[in-house]
Amino acid sequence: MTFAPLALVLLPLAAAIASFVLPERLAAWRNAANLGVAFVKFLVVAYLLMQAQAGLVFEWRYEFLPGHDFVLRLDQLALLFVTLSVFLWLLTTIYAIAYFDRGLSLPRFFGFFNLCVLAVTGVAMSGTAITFFLFYELLTLATWPLVAHRGDEKSLRAGRIYLTYTLAGSVAFLAGILWLQALVGAIEFSAPADLTGIPPLTLTLIFILCIGGLGVKAAIFPFHSWLPEAMAAPAPVSALLHAVAVVKAGAFGIVRMIYDVYGIGTVTELGLGVPLAALASVTILYGSVRALMQSDLKKRLAYSTVSQVSYIVLGASLVGPFAVIGGLVHLVHQGIMKITLFMCAGALANRMGIKAIADLDGAGRLMPVTMAAFSVGALGMIGMPPVAGFISKWYLGVGALQSDAAWVVAVLAGSSLLNAAYFLPLLYRAWLLPPPADRPAIRELATTRDRMLILPAAVTALAALGAGIFASLPFSPLGWVTLVAEGGYLR
Amino acid sequence: MSPLDLVVAVPLGFVVAALMLGRAARGLILLAAPLMAGLALWLALLPPDAAFLVGQWDLPLGILLRADGVARLMILATALVIGAVGLHALAEPPEKPGHAAQAETFWPLVYLLWAGANAGFLTTDLFNLYVTLEMVSLAAVALAAMGSLAAALRYFMIALLGSLAYLLGVALIVARYNTVDVTLLAQVAEPDLATLLALGLMTAGLLIKAALFPMHGWLPPAHAAAPAPASALLSAIAVKLGFVILVRLWFEGFADVTGPASLQVMGGLGAGAVLYGSVQAMRQQRLKALVAYSTVAQVGYLFLAFPLVAGAIDPGDAWAGMTLQAVAHMLAKAAMFLAAGLMLKAAAGDRIADLGGLAQAMPLTVTAFGLAAVSLMGLPPSGGFTAKFLLLTAAIEQGAFLYAGVLILGGLLAAVYLFRALSACFAPATTPRAPVTGGFRTAEPLALAGLAIVMGFAGTALVELSAIAAPWDAPAAAPAVTLPEAAP
Repeated sequence: MTFAPLALVLLPLAAAIASFVLPERLAAWRNAANLGVAFVKFLVVAYLLMQAQAGLVFEWRYEFLPGHDFVLRLDQLALLFVTLSVFLWLLTTIYAIAYFDRGLSLPRFFGFFNLCVLAVTGVAMSGTAITFFLFYELLTLATWPLVAHRGDEKSLRAGRIYLTYTLAGSVAFLAGILWLQALVGAIEFSAPADLTGIPPLTLTLIFILCIGGLGVKAAIFPFHSWLPEAMAAPAPVSALLHAVAVVKAGAFGIVRMIYDVYGIGTVTELGLGVPLAALASVTILYGSVRALMQSDLKKRLAYSTVSQVSYIVLGASLVGPFAVIGGLVHLVHQGIMKITLFMCAGALANRMGIKAIADLDGAGRLMPVTMAAFSVGALGMIGMPPVAGFISKWYLGVGALQSDAAWVVAVLAGSSLLNAAYFLPLLYRAWLLPPPADRPAIRELATTRDRMLILPAAVTALAALGAGIFASLPFSPLGWVTLVAEGGYLR
Repeated sequence: MSPLDLVVAVPLGFVVAALMLGRAARGLILLAAPLMAGLALWLALLPPDAAFLVGQWDLPLGILLRADGVARLMILATALVIGAVGLHALAEPPEKPGHAAQAETFWPLVYLLWAGANAGFLTTDLFNLYVTLEMVSLAAVALAAMGSLAAALRYFMIALLGSLAYLLGVALIVARYNTVDVTLLAQVAEPDLATLLALGLMTAGLLIKAALFPMHGWLPPAHAAAPAPASALLSAIAVKLGFVILVRLWFEGFADVTGPASLQVMGGLGAGAVLYGSVQAMRQQRLKALVAYSTVAQVGYLFLAFPLVAGAIDPGDAWAGMTLQAVAHMLAKAAMFLAAGLMLKAAAGDRIADLGGLAQAMPLTVTAFGLAAVSLMGLPPSGGFTAKFLLLTAAIEQGAFLYAGVLILGGLLAAVYLFRALSACFAPATTPRAPVTGGFRTAEPLALAGLAIVMGFAGTALVELSAIAAPWDAPAAAPAVTLPEAAP
């Protein structure tokens, strides 16, 4: 099964090629190919999970340049991210098919959509820094046509801003890893490089280059501006961008940098953890405040992402056992909850034309399932038990105390208050206010109901609940993350 | 028979055949493209020590044709590019209304360019190199004249100047060393005034041909005005010959003569070209002018690599980076010009702003343009990325942070101007589109761009290929020949 990692990359490639090649009149075949591949991948990953729990690690490598190996390695951390992406992608594919129905540029959309899957899977499984960079760049490129998909002035502008930020970030990241490679040779994640003898200043500069570069995709302040702009993209793209693809790739890279390239020891020695934690905290608060100021639903959700993704970075940079677990588990939890929110927002816009927050009045009566899912996601974001978000915040808080950083608890508390301040009014409007008179009647809506547009969000909402309620089980995100952390990150 | 002389002789045969057949000559490419690709592949797979003497005389009387790594890669890429461009032009040769003669002259010129380029990549004889340089220049000027006569005339004057400077240098070398073979010169060259003067003259002449900043002035108007297949050949192949000859001179014949300072000058000019070409490309309003200025920038990388190759302890990486940059640019730029030609046919006008709606109307062609752009920007996975990655690694290892910075900045600037063109294709249509041409013509740019991408996956094999008989490698590659006494 050494080819298993390769298969996970080649499956989406097959779907991408099928999507590009099949013309619009064969849309049904295209949908079948997309769903089929997503489902097969889901099964493969389920099988791999069982193998990995027994401690098996799959690896596939070849020398793509002399001295530089291309390595796909499915360790437990990689599997965490792969599982998340595979699960959410299956649902997003269903959702996207329902959302778009038919259109001329759909072959392009689904083609790049699958390339995105490929890139994220690759990012997750990369075994060396250079492999990581290859997929990270592929992700940048594959996402651009999705962001600019609509082709109107706003989308093109969003695409331009997205590229400006991410390419600049990639370049900084590339410079950082090449610099480090010039000093210590090829960087393998499975065997942290020996950094002794390198001047601390050099190491610090390389760290700043790499984290700065990765931080652009993770939307860390002040590199976050592209993310709210990218809201011009269609809802499935936003869902994907915010939950698994771009921002998560950045956050995941930061985790890899801290734990598998530098190692906790070196990061602590250089005193780099605390400044990064502080930056993450600033981002958390800043994102929340900005979210509060938005009147557009998707924009509010976007700023909320800016804030929430930094929880992962915060957990990673605190370098304590509970903080690591909290950060990594939030990688999963935030993904499930945020994709729920975006899929609901897309459904609302698609079915009732709701874009502004003020239009939400009474939406709960007209689309109860959608709004119920939305409410679960929103409560989870606030950190209300038993939704998954509570587990993340709890572990982060305990972890902060373990790492002697009590101020982080204040940041978490402040952020939760802000989260409540910008999410609760939405729930109030949706459930307790009457709908405006010009809304279509509930009967009328029911005649054109599209279950596939609503079902995925319901499933992820249930998953978010389940991840919180059954957190103590071994196959819950928390259980798995604990396994990952015990396997290596608590050395 | 050996592929070394066949890759020169066969295109020459096609020149004659094309001249005799006249208007019927276009069909020849159906034979020439697979034949030459096969020969080039055979050449690339020859055992590493293959050298071939025409006429079986020993040096210095005989002429050494030598298939080192650079020659093998360049000839293979040339065969692919000219083959694809030729097939592209088969359906619709470059022809202005009322200029029926153009279609007839196009094909002999293509084969002349092919023969000249292949001979130039193989030979190590300075005078033969002059002949090949003239063959290529002649063909290139005539191809450029299919677009704008004024630009071609300007090109012709400047190319003539370059040829004269080069020839003068060769004459000085003959007078000084009594030999014109690069491999022999490598053993005897000394840094005296005559040699330095000769090298300076030859270099200046060749830099004009290679269009290195600030001697690039002739290139953008000529390449932008020519019909798309001609532009593809000019940008992909014509400028590369000057570069290869410079590599022969600087790293082989006169490797001991060139000092670090002069290498830094070359590197500096290359860096200047990258920045200037990119900034100019950003300022262009017309698609083909943008692509042409991108050539100015991309040629800069080739010379930026000079100090990196010379300064490396193990030059293998930098050498491969330089060679692969040339190959990747050939494939990607030819693809981009062909794609641009098709796009402009369908678009309302030749400005970038007129490209709206093309992403929907001709997705395959826009994809080809996009893939070529990925390689030119140096984004992975692509040949352009492999090349720039190798160069960047070399620069950082040597502490040449200035060059590293230019490599990085150049990639970013390329992204700025190429994505500008690409995102224009995504904009809504401004005018109704003409129906797009048939599938066969969209296949060639896509195939070339695809090859530029595939190069990114074959890095190790390409690096090994580029190292065959490289001058920095084992000196055994140079044939052991006794040198004649200098004439009294």
